[in-house]
Order: sequence, then C-alpha cells, then structure tokens
Amino acid sequence: MCTVCGCDSAGLERSRRDFGAGHGNEHEHGHEHEHESHHTIERRRAPTPGAWRAGPEPAATSQPADTIDFGAGLAGVSVTGLGQERTIRIERDILSRNAAFAASNRHRILGAGALALNVLSSPGSGKTSILVRTITDLCDQVTVCVIEGDQQTSNDADRIRRAGAQAIQINTGKGCHLDAHMIGRALEIMPPPQGGVLLIENVGNLVCPAAFDLGEAAKIVVLSVTEGEDKPLKYPDVFAAADLMLLNKIDLLPHVEFDVEACFASALRVNPRLQILMVSARTGDGLSAFYAWIKGRLAELAALTLPSAPKSAPPSAP
Amino acid sequence: MVMHEVSLIESVVALVEQQWAKAAFERVKVIRLQVGALGPAEPDALRFCFDAVTFGTIAQGSRLEIELIQGSGWCPDCRTDVALDDRFGACPACGGGRVHMTSGGVLRLAELEVE
Repeated sequence: MCTVCGCDSAGLERSRRDFGAGHGNEHEHGHEHEHESHHTIERRRAPTPGAWRAGPEPAATSQPADTIDFGAGLAGVSVTGLGQERTIRIERDILSRNAAFAASNRHRILGAGALALNVLSSPGSGKTSILVRTITDLCDQVTVCVIEGDQQTSNDADRIRRAGAQAIQINTGKGCHLDAHMIGRALEIMPPPQGGVLLIENVGNLVCPAAFDLGEAAKIVVLSVTEGEDKPLKYPDVFAAADLMLLNKIDLLPHVEFDVEACFASALRVNPRLQILMVSARTGDGLSAFYAWIKGRLAELAALTLPSAPKSAPPSAP
Repeated sequence: MVMHEVSLIESVVALVEQQWAKAAFERVKVIRLQVGALGPAEPDALRFCFDAVTFGTIAQGSRLEIELIQGSGWCPDCRTDVALDDRFGACPACGGGRVHMTSGGVLRLAELEVE
C-alpha cells in the first residue's frame, strides 16, 4: 500500500476513498510500484459534484507512440458538506513536486551515464537547427537522443529523426514549458542513451521554462543575433539559470545591428559564470567549440560514473 | 493565455490534494501563499488564473491570499544588506552590480484554512 495516500499498489484506477473512482491525487514518494494510473492522472472536470474522475493517461489513445500530449483536461472534484474549520500549516515550496520528479529523472539519466542538456530560447532562435546540425556531426561519435517540446505538432521531432536521432515529441498543449513529470514520461518510452547525450529542446519561451528543473546536467540558452542584445537583461531568469549560452546566426552579423560586446556584457551581468560560444547552425561556424564543450561534459560524467579502481588483490593465505 | 503561473497553481492544487489525502477536510476556505517579489511568479498572474485552475478541484471556491515577500540582497562592496527591487539590480547604496539576492525568491504554499 502506498503510505502517502493509502491506495493499493495494484489496480490503482480505483482508490478506496469515499469519493468515487480514483482520487486524482498527484504526489511524489520514494517507492517503486505501478502508480502511473493515479499519480499521473489526467484529470477531467466532473460534470456533477461529488465524483473524482480518473481520465486516461496522456497519449493513451489515438496518438503516435512517440508523441505525448499534455494539452487536454484538468480537474475533477467538488465536495459537499461542512466540517470543522481549521488552519493547516504546510510551508512547502510550490515547485517541490516538480523538484521530486526532476530528482528521479536525474537519477535515471545519471544511472545510464547519459548527459542531459536542457536547451532553452525564444521561438525562432534556431534551437532545432543547432540540434539537427549537432546530431549530424556527432552521430558517428556518440549516441544522441532528443526530447522535443512544442505546444503543437511533431514537426521538430520529425526533423530530428530525419537527421538520424531517436526523438520523442512532447506536445504541451496550452502549457508554456516542459516540466519534470513530462520528461519522466518521455524517458519511459525512450530510455536515456547509455553514455550518450540526451538533448531536451524546451518550448520556445524565455520566461517560463527557467523555473522548471527537468533533471538535466546543464541548461543551454540560445540567443540569435536577430534578437536584441539586451535580451539577457529583459529576460534574466533564463540567462541566470543557464550554464552555456550559444549566440547563434553569427553568419548574419554583417547584415544586422547587433552589438556582440553589449550582449555579452548583459548576459554576464545576470550570470557572471555563464560560458558563451558564438555559432552558426547554418554555416557550422563555431560549432566545433560547442561539440568540444559537450565532449568535455561527457568526459566529466564518465569520470564520475566510472567504477572505482580495482582493489589490490587480497593477501593470500599463508 | 499562456503562462507558467497556471502550472504553479496546478502544483498548489496538487499539494492541497496531498494534504486532503492525509487530513480529511471537506472544503478549502483560504489558500495562503508566500510569493517573493523577485521570484518566478507574478502575484497578479497567480490571482488571474486561480479560479479557473481550481475550478472542479478540492480547492474550488477557496480564496487566494498572497503574502508578498520583499526582495533583499547582500552587497559585497558595501558589506551590508540592501533592499532589492530587481533581482539583478544595482546596489541602492553604492550602485555596484554585484548584489546577491538573499530573500524575495520564495514561492511557497504557507497554509490552508479548511473545514
């Protein structure tokens, strides 16, 4: 039995609470059993009060197996009756639920010795182009898998697959960012590549994704020279959270008014430890430095996860 | 309308449901959040989506109360605590840009009034 909610560990579609089928109570805890059917319930609004309705899991029906749609549905309960009034202190971080899913993802990804990179930017800065080029250039050296986040369509995952990598498309529906639970679901379908690179392309948005840890090893923010050089100051949270910034489309620099120095200054102001590389996904300029960065992170990871050196042979019996 | 405050309120609802599974109550009257002025959520946006997101959940009909936690930081140049209106803002005393935020980033479900 689940000690948090009291549900059975099997047949979780129905809980034994008084409110009907399923309680829709999403919570995290440390034990391993088949909880999918209630911990990740896609809740639907109950048309009448008094009933919890456990909806189907996203992607359960009528979708390709490599697409997960979190766009549908919310909600289901209304409770009648009055009881005694009281105050309950909770004092919990609102993002704690996401943090628990992220920790579980991180454990799983590190367990596979994989390097997960969460790629963030505004729409149209060239995230997918950078990923496609990276896959093309690195696929004979390292296994690359991609989780693609978009509100709608599987166009980006299709592009990635054509480049030769395994890809899962997550459609967030109305959601403006990926969260750790979505990544956990994707990893069930596409396990992290053993010793490889898992690229997570977040929804094009410079605001919301910053707050949601997905379980990645590093965040990469992409900014293109067709955007303003003061974007790091306008949208500081993403730049503050990033480990690496890729300044993309540098082949267009002669044609646009973009002050590279001012851009670097504003990025470093919100994040003094930010590493910055200038690249062009179209011409390939600067990408070798990006690949070296990835390989460096992979090497660090391998050093961390290598089994400890063999112990010296036990002393032989006299 | 696309904003991450929707999923933050969904997370609040999930925490309330968790609480509901542990301590039986029938109605949530008030949900109190602590929201840092320099944190990832905009109080107005949280209020804006609250009724829509809580509709049809255990939190339906509850009132959202937000305690705004002011921002503050520590300036290594002045070696003093300073008020901070902007997470990456300059030190109001010396104008230096190296202030480290020390409070105002919080986003917490503080307490529930239930019956």
